[in-house]
Formats: sequence, C-alpha cells, structure tokens
Amino acid sequence: MSPVIPIRASSDGCTDTPVLRERGQREVFCGLTGIIWLHRKMQDAFFLVVGSRTCAHLIQSAAGVMIFAEPRFATAIIDERDLAGLADANEELDRVVTQLLARRPEIRLLFLVGSCPSEVIKLDLSRAASRLSKIFSPSVRVLNYSGSGIETTFTQGEDACLAALVPRLPSPAADAPASLLVVGALADVVEDQFTRLFADMGLGPVRFLPPRRATELPAVGPQTRYLLAQPFLADTARALEARGAARLEAPFPLGVEGTTQWLQAAASAFGVDAAAFERATASARARAAGALARHRVQLAGKRIFFFPDSQLEVPIARFLARELGMTLVEVGSPYLHRQHLAQELALLPSGTVLSEGQHVERQLDRCRTARPDLVVCGLGLANPLEAEGLTTKWSIELVFTPIQGYDQAADLAELFTRPLLRRLKLVA
Amino acid sequence: MQLTLWTYEGPPHVGAMRIATAMQDVHYVLHAPQGDTYADLLFTMIERLPRRPPVTYTTFQARDLGGDTAELFKTAAREACERFAPKAMMVGASCTAELIQDDPGGLCRALDLPIPVVALELPSYQRKENWGASETLYQLVRTLAGPAAAAAASRTRPERAPQQRPRCNILGPAALGFRHRDDLQEIRGLIAALGIDVNVVAPLGATPADLARLGEADFNVVLYPEIAALTAQWLTRNFGQPSTRTIPIGAAATRDFIAEVAQLAGLDPEQALTEAVSRSTWYARSVDSTYLTGKRVFVFGDATHAVAAARVATQEFGFAVVGLGTYSREFAREVREAAKLYGVEPLITDDYLEVEAKVAELQPELVLGTQMERHIAKRLGLPCAVISAPVHVQDFPARHSPQMGFEGANVLFDTWVHPLMMGLEEHLIGMFRGDFEFHENAAPSHLGGSHAGAASVAVEPPAGSTIDAAAEVGTPIVVAAWAAEAEQELRKIPFFVRGKARRNTERYALDRGMPLITLETLYDAKAHFSR
Repeated sequence: MSPVIPIRASSDGCTDTPVLRERGQREVFCGLTGIIWLHRKMQDAFFLVVGSRTCAHLIQSAAGVMIFAEPRFATAIIDERDLAGLADANEELDRVVTQLLARRPEIRLLFLVGSCPSEVIKLDLSRAASRLSKIFSPSVRVLNYSGSGIETTFTQGEDACLAALVPRLPSPAADAPASLLVVGALADVVEDQFTRLFADMGLGPVRFLPPRRATELPAVGPQTRYLLAQPFLADTARALEARGAARLEAPFPLGVEGTTQWLQAAASAFGVDAAAFERATASARARAAGALARHRVQLAGKRIFFFPDSQLEVPIARFLARELGMTLVEVGSPYLHRQHLAQELALLPSGTVLSEGQHVERQLDRCRTARPDLVVCGLGLANPLEAEGLTTKWSIELVFTPIQGYDQAADLAELFTRPLLRRLKLVA
Repeated sequence: MQLTLWTYEGPPHVGAMRIATAMQDVHYVLHAPQGDTYADLLFTMIERLPRRPPVTYTTFQARDLGGDTAELFKTAAREACERFAPKAMMVGASCTAELIQDDPGGLCRALDLPIPVVALELPSYQRKENWGASETLYQLVRTLAGPAAAAAASRTRPERAPQQRPRCNILGPAALGFRHRDDLQEIRGLIAALGIDVNVVAPLGATPADLARLGEADFNVVLYPEIAALTAQWLTRNFGQPSTRTIPIGAAATRDFIAEVAQLAGLDPEQALTEAVSRSTWYARSVDSTYLTGKRVFVFGDATHAVAAARVATQEFGFAVVGLGTYSREFAREVREAAKLYGVEPLITDDYLEVEAKVAELQPELVLGTQMERHIAKRLGLPCAVISAPVHVQDFPARHSPQMGFEGANVLFDTWVHPLMMGLEEHLIGMFRGDFEFHENAAPSHLGGSHAGAASVAVEPPAGSTIDAAAEVGTPIVVAAWAAEAEQELRKIPFFVRGKARRNTERYALDRGMPLITLETLYDAKAHFSR
C-alpha cells in the first residue's frame, strides 16, 4: 500500500472552476465568536472585547449556557460618554483593564478585541495595547486584534488572534535545527495524537500555535516550517512568513486522505523516509479506513449542500465526496483562499458548484429547489429548514468538535450520519 | 466604558426583534454589520422557533463603508418588501449602523413602499432590550391604531349591551419572554372563567390588523409592564381603556388580579375566587415546609418578576427577603417601594459585578435571579433558582410551566424549594459532621453527584472578591482575627448559614472593638443576633 493516495493527473478537480460570487445578507457570525473556543485553548489568556452591548450579548448568548464561576472573557461596553471624545475613551479603557486585572491576577495574556463600533469610531486599540503592556509588564502582556463583523467572519477571529500573537513569538537560536510548527487551534486530544505520530516518524521538534498556556509560546524563525491545521489562517500565515517561516503545502488533515497528505508534507520536508512514514501511520490509517466504511454505507450517494460559515466547507466537502461518496450540490464558503486551498480544490470532484460570499435568500431558494439530503448551515437556519422538512447539520459544531486526524475521521463522518439516522429513527 | 462580564439585557434592537418575531405579517429591516444575525439564534435556538425571525439585515462589511451603505439599506428594504410581502414594516439601525447615521426612516420614505413603515429610533448606547421592545410596540400601535384613535378619543365608547360579554386586550407577551407562552395560557383561562372575551393579544400572535382593533376592547390586561406599560398608557389616553396593575404571580396576587379584572369588567369575582385553589398554598402550609421559615433569600431580576417574587417568597413561602434588586431602571420606583416593605436596601443596577458583590456580602441561603445570578451562585456555592429573563435554553421548557396564575404558583413552589437542602438532611448535617458522604460542604444529596463539585469549591467567597467588593464601596477593611478554637467551631455550622454567622460575628466583634474572636464571642454574637 502506497503511503499516499495519488492525485489523478487526468483531472484538475475544481482548480479552474468558476466560483459563484454573491453579495447580500450574510447569515454568519462575526470574529468575536472565536473567543468561545480560544479562551478554552489558552487557559491563562483573557479576552476583553471593546464594543457595544450587542457584542456582549453575542458572546453571552453563545457561551452563557455554560455556568461560569469565572468567565475568561468580558466586554468593555462603550457608552455615550466614550463616543463624545477619544482621549477620554483611552483613559476609560485603562481603568477597565486595571479593574479587570485586579480581579483576575492569574491572567498572563490579555487580548483587547476590536469590534464594529470600536473600528468605526477608530479607537486605536493597538496603541492602547502597547501602553497597557508597558504598565502591566512583565506579569501581563496585552495584545490586540479585531474580531469585528465588518472585517472578520467567524473563524477569521482565530486568524486575527493568532496573527497578533506571531510578532510576539520568540526567535530561535541562529543555529537551531529546522522545526515544525502546527498552526491553528486543535483539540488537545488531536494535538497529542499528532505529536505521537510525528515522534514515531522521528520528526521533531514539533510545536503548536496557539499553545495551551500563553507563557509557552513557540519560537519562529527562518528555520521554521509550518503546517496549517485550519484553512482560515490567511493573516497568520502572512505574519509567519514575515518572520521567515515557510509554509508546507498540503490539504487539511480531515479524513484519511487529507491527514495522510498533510503528514506526508511534513515528512517530505523533514526527510522522513517512506518506510518510517509507513511504520508510523499504517495502523492508524487502516483503523480509520475501517471505521469510515460503516459510515460510507449511510452516506454514499446522499446529496449535500453547504451554506458558508467557517471556511472548513471545502476540505470537509472534499472528504465527504472522496471518502464517503457523497454528492456535492453546492459548497459555499465565506472566503476562498485560492493559495491555501489549492490542493483541496484539485481534489474536489470536477464540476462542483462553488460559491463565495452570500445572498442568503437566494441561496435558500437554490437549496429549496435542490432539496438536498443534508444541509450544512448555521443555527439561524437549521431549525427553520428542519421545519420545512430538510435535514440539517449545524455547522458550528464542526469548529467545536475534534475532527482532524485519523482517529477522528469516523467522528467527523458521524457528525453527518447522525442527523440522517435521527430522521429515520424518529417516528413521524 | 463599563466592564461587563455578563449583560442583563441585549441592545434595544433585540427588543424590537422580539416584537417583530412575536407578531405576524410584519417585517423588520435592520441596518447592521455582518455578524449581527447572531440574534436569529436567540429565537431559533433558545426559544426553538421553527421559522426564521422576520428580520432582514443589511450586513454591511468594512469595504461597504467606503461606498454607499444607504443604497445597501434601500436595496435590502425593497427586496424584503417584495419577497415577504408584509402588511407593515419596521426599519431601524443597530449600534454600529447608528454610528454611520444613514437614517433608515428617511430612506424608506424615499422608497415610498405600499405599506405602513414604522421608523424606530432606538439609541443603542443609552437604552437596552426591554426599552427597545416597549418603544417598538408603542410606535407600532401608535401608527397602526392611530387613525382610529382620534375618532375614538372624541367620543365615549358606547355602553356595552347587557347580553354582550366584556372584552379585554392582553398586552405584553412577546417572543423570547420568560414563560410568556404558558403565562398567556393561564391568564386566558382565568379570564375566560370570569366570562370575559379576549379581543386582541399583542404582540404575541397579533397582525397589524389586530393592532388596529385594540380600541374595541373595554380594558387592557398588562402582563409585562416592561414591554406594554407605555402602550397601555397611550391606549388609556386615546381610547379611555383602563388597564390592570396587579401582576398575577403567586396565589395571593392571582386572587387580587381576578378581583381587579372582575371589577374592571363590572363582574362579580366571588364564584371564580371560591373555585380557585392553589396547591402551592397547601404545600407551603404542610409541616414539611416548616424548615423553609426565615430562609434568607436574595431576589434579583426584571422589576416585575423581582417584586412579585419577593411577595411570594415572604407571604406565601415564609422566606425572609434580605436583598431585592432589579436591572430595569425604568421601573426602579416600583422596586424601591417594594424594598421598603421588607426593610432592605433596593439594588438598582445593571452592573453584574455590583450584584455579585451584594450577594457575597449578604450571604443568602437562596438566590432567586436570572441566568446571570446562576454564575454568581455557582461562584459562591449558593442554591439558586431562575425567576426572570435573561434565561437560557433550559428555561424555555417543553412542559407547561407558567409563572402566573395558580398553576404558576405551583411551579414556583417546586422550582424554588428544589435547590434547597431537604429538611431531614439539613437536620442530620447540623447534628453530625465529617460524614464521608453527607458532609457539610457537600451539595444537597437529592441534586445528585453533578452539583457536589460546584457547591464544595467555594463555600465562602474567595478572600479576593470580598475585599474587591468592600474596596469598591469604599469601606475600610478592618476584621477581627479569629482564634483557632473559634474558627473550628465556626466550621461546625452548616455551610448554608456559615457565611452569615461569620459576618455577624465579625460585625459584633468590630462594633465592640474586640481584636480577637474567641469561642465566647461566637456564641455572644449568636445570642445577640439570634435568628
């Protein structure tokens, strides 16, 4: 068995497929939502949104079902007095941050997160961050990024956050060996699996961004090769390249095929020989392929429609089409990053309808006309579409669940079989 | 700027959405940036509505700001009107759109749509969700019932014919309201039992045409003043309709409500009152409930639910209210008056941290509050029940669970007593300590294992938070030291009253200038405050 499933040279997949670009109402989250998972990943970081009551309301509506003894995010709500003059707003911000840090002395990294209102009134949070960093250093480092809806869509919040972190990463020693950096927040269990796989190949050292603690930042420099674990990290990639790091081109580690090619990209870059790669991955690969077979029975031939949400749509569609035999009706994405998705697009079945951006009403019309077997969409659309008799898979879960790597391939497939099975199970 | 861990209310445009979503045949075009569509989830997920809220967002992005956002709004409004063919439309701006000042009302006039358009002015940086809902309902009613109003005001409504049943409107139930669905059903039942017809329920389920008929009723039943008081006042002025003042939460208040409604309808309430029996009244009287006497409760929520809960807690369940507050500044007066009844300091604030400090200071045995107070109660290890919005998905239950009427009183009894430790367990823990399973720091055993962790974490507030709290109100921190022996004795006091005992003893020592708290001081203080 060859370690890599070859890309058939005869087909370029969707590399040159024209993309339907639409503008209109976009039914998506803003980048602030990224805080919901980032605060769990970096346990000593705190996220302070500078925004309006709407921003505070968004975050608590998303996360407030959990009961917190001590939440690790908050909002500094701008009021009329702040709108009157900017100098005052800066003093106010300093006061709020001081109040916050007095309450939470264990915080090591504070993110000031920009929002639509703070962007529109041009409140300079980067200057505020460097000012506050001086005041509270060395115990607390203060950074800023924008999670505003006008600039970021959902997972782009993570991109903006990590991009803000990159300039603060330490530089490795000049004679340090080449190192691998895996970029994108992954579930801890997935991170541990990848660490083991790389170790088994004799590949290392491997570090992850974001780290679990803000005090354990990985080094980055010209010796760094990085692998994107998530498709929505355009700015982070640019920032890493500015530090001299080089991206390893690969599809994303979703499904057996994606994971294998993703690992292979690192293995090739670090000169891991084919035998060692095979030894390290063979059992996990076989296990994952076996587990997927059960889901293939359920999913093969089923028609699926993706509404734009997280930019994970293209890699997931590739996995569902190639490994589970699903038919892609439309794959919508908030943004298509041609370069980062090049390998993914080449793997997509040719002729797939791709759309970028959204006019939600027209897209709903297309969806209703097509009547797919499964619709991947946000929670604002899921229940209404279910009530119309369509089966849905709410897309946010794809960001909150461990889905990358071999041992999660079947879990990822199950996320799509579950709503179909449920529909069969519930009588009438 | 205000540091906000949790906010009690959303922005005012969410209030407007609650009215639009509650009604039929209206559409709301909201000028808002990409991302503000999160508010749809409140309705489709938290309230689990099987349809999209009737809201179109312009969802502008950064690149649009350089261009013509006004044109974007006009396109959205025109398309929404064509696609959804509503009978009336509301237009407005969210907080970010308010900053760019595109004037949705003016733009819509220019579009000259074939339906009534209500332009909403909702100042996002000053006002909040309930105000937004109240203002929206008021503006809708003014616009839609307005033309008839002038005529109606000029003449008195004709006397009702003797065979004609009296008619009322029910005002207030909205989308995303805490138990509005079931409250409405209860109140409809009570009103029907009295022999009164319901003319219009608004906003829940009402169409623009229904709003135009509001003037035909004899009087108004206002269930949620936060949403409907303003509208009811306008209806009183223009149609001469009186409206109810009693909120029928709790068995006693429900009886008062029946009497008030009957009086407004010119009927005799005697029969309805004789037939009305609440199970909660007997449950609270039964000996099993004796241990509830004097349990110290802290009450916080919207003004309507907080005031009603304080009355039920004291008069019907025999608790002692030690704190009462609201985040509804518009109804602060009502809460201040109620606080006087219980001799407590009213807490009027929308600052979560202030509420937290107050709860930490008072150390109640039960917190009756909102979803936000559940965070506070978890942090302080206190039992808690939810009495008011904001609430999360678990408080939009499938089962019938009103707060109002007699069934509502039954629900309140079960809900509030549940988080408390049951009588026998409470006695045994007072007698024997150090049991490996039923120890004094453990959560009530009837709540299962899952809560044990939460309650045992922090029985008393972490030292930091009390100091913060004290520092904020500016009182100097002087606390007498505890002798080891006294400290040990303090630990023998069951956890749910220990915080109070510690506070009382420290205050007692402080008042008398005692530098050290001994075993004697502890018992002196106990005798002094003897609860």
